Amino acid sequence: MLHLGPVDGTRKSVQDPSAEPVRTGIWIGLAAITMSFAAFTSALVVRQSTATDWHHLVIPRIVLANTLVLIVSSVTLEVARRKLALYFRSKDLSRPAPLFWLWATLLLGLIFVAGQYVAWLKLRAQGVYLASNPNSAFFYVLTAMHGLHVLGGLGGLVRVLYKIRISGPLRRSTLDATSYYWHFMGILWLYLLLVIWFML
Amino acid sequence: MSEVVALAAAEHSIGHDVAQHHAPPQGFIRKHIFSLDHKVIGKQYYALALVAVFIGMALSWVMRIHLVWPNAPIPGLRFLSKTGAPGGIVTPEYYLSLMTMHGTLMVFFVLTNAPFAAFGNYFLPIQIGAEDMAFPRFNMMSFWTTFLAFCILTAAFFVPDGPPISGWTSYAPLSAVGSDAGPGEGFGQTLWALSIFVFCIASLLGSLNFIATTLDLRTKGMTLSRMPICTWAWFITSCIALLAFAVLMPACLLLILDRVAGTSFFIPAGLVVSDRLQPHSGGSPLLWQHLFWFFGHPEVYIAILPAMGIVSHVLVNSMRRPLLSYRVVIYCMMAIGFLSYMVWGHHMFISGMNPFSSLLFSFPTLLITIPATIMTLIWLGSLYGSKLRITAASLFALGFISMFVSGGVSGFFLAQPSIDIYLHATTFVVGHFHMVMGVAAIFGIFAGTYFWFPKMTGRMMSEKLGKLHFWLTFVGTYCIFMPFHYLGLAGNVRRYAVLVDDYLIPLIPVHRFITIAALFTGAAQFIFLYNLIQSRFWGEAAPANPWECTSLEWSMPSPPPFDNFGGKHPVVYRDPYQYGVNGSKGDFVMQDSPEVVKA
Repeated sequence: MLHLGPVDGTRKSVQDPSAEPVRTGIWIGLAAITMSFAAFTSALVVRQSTATDWHHLVIPRIVLANTLVLIVSSVTLEVARRKLALYFRSKDLSRPAPLFWLWATLLLGLIFVAGQYVAWLKLRAQGVYLASNPNSAFFYVLTAMHGLHVLGGLGGLVRVLYKIRISGPLRRSTLDATSYYWHFMGILWLYLLLVIWFML
Repeated sequence: MSEVVALAAAEHSIGHDVAQHHAPPQGFIRKHIFSLDHKVIGKQYYALALVAVFIGMALSWVMRIHLVWPNAPIPGLRFLSKTGAPGGIVTPEYYLSLMTMHGTLMVFFVLTNAPFAAFGNYFLPIQIGAEDMAFPRFNMMSFWTTFLAFCILTAAFFVPDGPPISGWTSYAPLSAVGSDAGPGEGFGQTLWALSIFVFCIASLLGSLNFIATTLDLRTKGMTLSRMPICTWAWFITSCIALLAFAVLMPACLLLILDRVAGTSFFIPAGLVVSDRLQPHSGGSPLLWQHLFWFFGHPEVYIAILPAMGIVSHVLVNSMRRPLLSYRVVIYCMMAIGFLSYMVWGHHMFISGMNPFSSLLFSFPTLLITIPATIMTLIWLGSLYGSKLRITAASLFALGFISMFVSGGVSGFFLAQPSIDIYLHATTFVVGHFHMVMGVAAIFGIFAGTYFWFPKMTGRMMSEKLGKLHFWLTFVGTYCIFMPFHYLGLAGNVRRYAVLVDDYLIPLIPVHRFITIAALFTGAAQFIFLYNLIQSRFWGEAAPANPWECTSLEWSMPSPPPFDNFGGKHPVVYRDPYQYGVNGSKGDFVMQDSPEVVKA
């Protein structure tokens, strides 16, 4: 009945003691976000299936431009990540860190959020409010929730910049986790765009 | 501003130290209030659960007294609510308010907080040999967010029309339409939804931390298959909680919007409440039930799995021999966690859902009994013929099994749609879930408390008082909840504030018996509270390993130092339950002991 393990205390599956929890944590966080938006989607499907008040929503075209901005921001972030990695590997830290692409990502993120806000204003101008019909309600809720998450990502980018420029040191894992989160926001938005476009 | 910044660990060089170390806290606030130390946070969760459980218990006392002595004024109650309890006598609506708050406090702030967040926070990192949680800041935030949720919820007692009356499940559409649905359905219900929304955020942060900690911070030699069963239970629970609370949070958001922003997610068209046509259209009340129970059923396992883990840990220690199978217990817990997501519809058999879906939900519900039964058989089989050390902790562990089985058996009946049509919303259900989930989980908390108190405080609890507490509570809870099954079979619908119908009047003596039992059992809890406080300050000093236990938390002094292992990383050499062997210290060998042992 006794299970005697190897006495040297080592096993292949033993975790590398230098594992950085943020690398795991980010995936767990993304799983939770996925689940939340799955819940929103299923709410949408159920609500639509019983609805007698389902109206097709004319989605403001600006969301397409916003989509493009968000995709480009993912590209700039990836460029930024590579440039930074090269810079720190070069060990020549006397020249300034290549932050241009990081700032560009931040700016594009802000443009995306502002663009989504413009989409809201356009709907408002049409007289379509949150409570107008279920379609508009879901549109506002989904875009707002996604927008909030994007703002969180912008916070993450600011934190990365802050660590590089002011506080230091920035860990590779922090930069990686922030960028995974950011890319995920792009993927999530593409999914939401499909939902919004075809179901609302 | 220096440009000499290090993308430290350009190739991951310093991860471990950064992840776990934080400087020793300075000053009272950093040490005891906004502490990053998982041990302090664990105790904070425990304290919050303790406050919540006594409020919840007091509410149940008021309800029980009102049911059998409806005209007896309850002292002090009129100060809590002038309109809800004029002259100290509870109105039917206020009865529902009390019931809602009782359920919400108990499920969220006691059954989720104590066995999972409190003990998990304190012992999970220690049991895997870590210095702290993976994200100490998130950990602190998750407690204080929970505390905020608690404050928002209890604030509902003090708003003009009182706490909500729609129960802990807050069924739409009445929970969504506002004050037309009755007192408490105005601002009180909004506070409820907001509180649960905030609670979800806290639980998500907590679960994220638990999972990352378990996966990443295990010390050398601590493989997954060497983790104590309770660590496994907390880990599996956090996986369940991560996905469950992620669904409840959007549901609460939609509920809040229906209430304050005029949307119609859950409110159907043409709904007339209190003679007023509600200005909403096309929403689906069933949608709320689906979203809520998709969280709600896993929530049951969020409450019970940690208790199962704690009970297994305590029992193995008291039996002085391993369980019949460590692996099967863990697989069973995983199976329960997995199946918990497929059975939410069994709460909705009479909701108007398609009867075929009822059948579909009934089947996995009955399937869950298989891993649950296997676990019970493993506990009983391991107990058979063992020389059990009778302590307060092991008695409560046995009590847990008893409650779990007694309450679980009625689950067989409720899982079948044809029988549930009769039993649904009767006190049969109340008896069932109080025993299998409420009291069983509370017994798990008690077992954990008596077992780990010496480690957490450095002092022993009084065993004599603990055993007295056990027997009074054990007998008392059976006296309270067994008759509920009988009442339910007799057709007593739950949530009735008065017993005036012809068929209910003959049942009043049974109700009176329950009330008296509830008062006595509740009073017995003050023995526990006294024991807790008395032992905390004046109990005899606890040695490092009073129960001769094998897991890592017992390899350090009681209470553990700030950095748990004194800056070192323990090395784990063996499985968690090496009892019944000839070790150098007795019949057991610690997980971090390098000695070679022969069976």
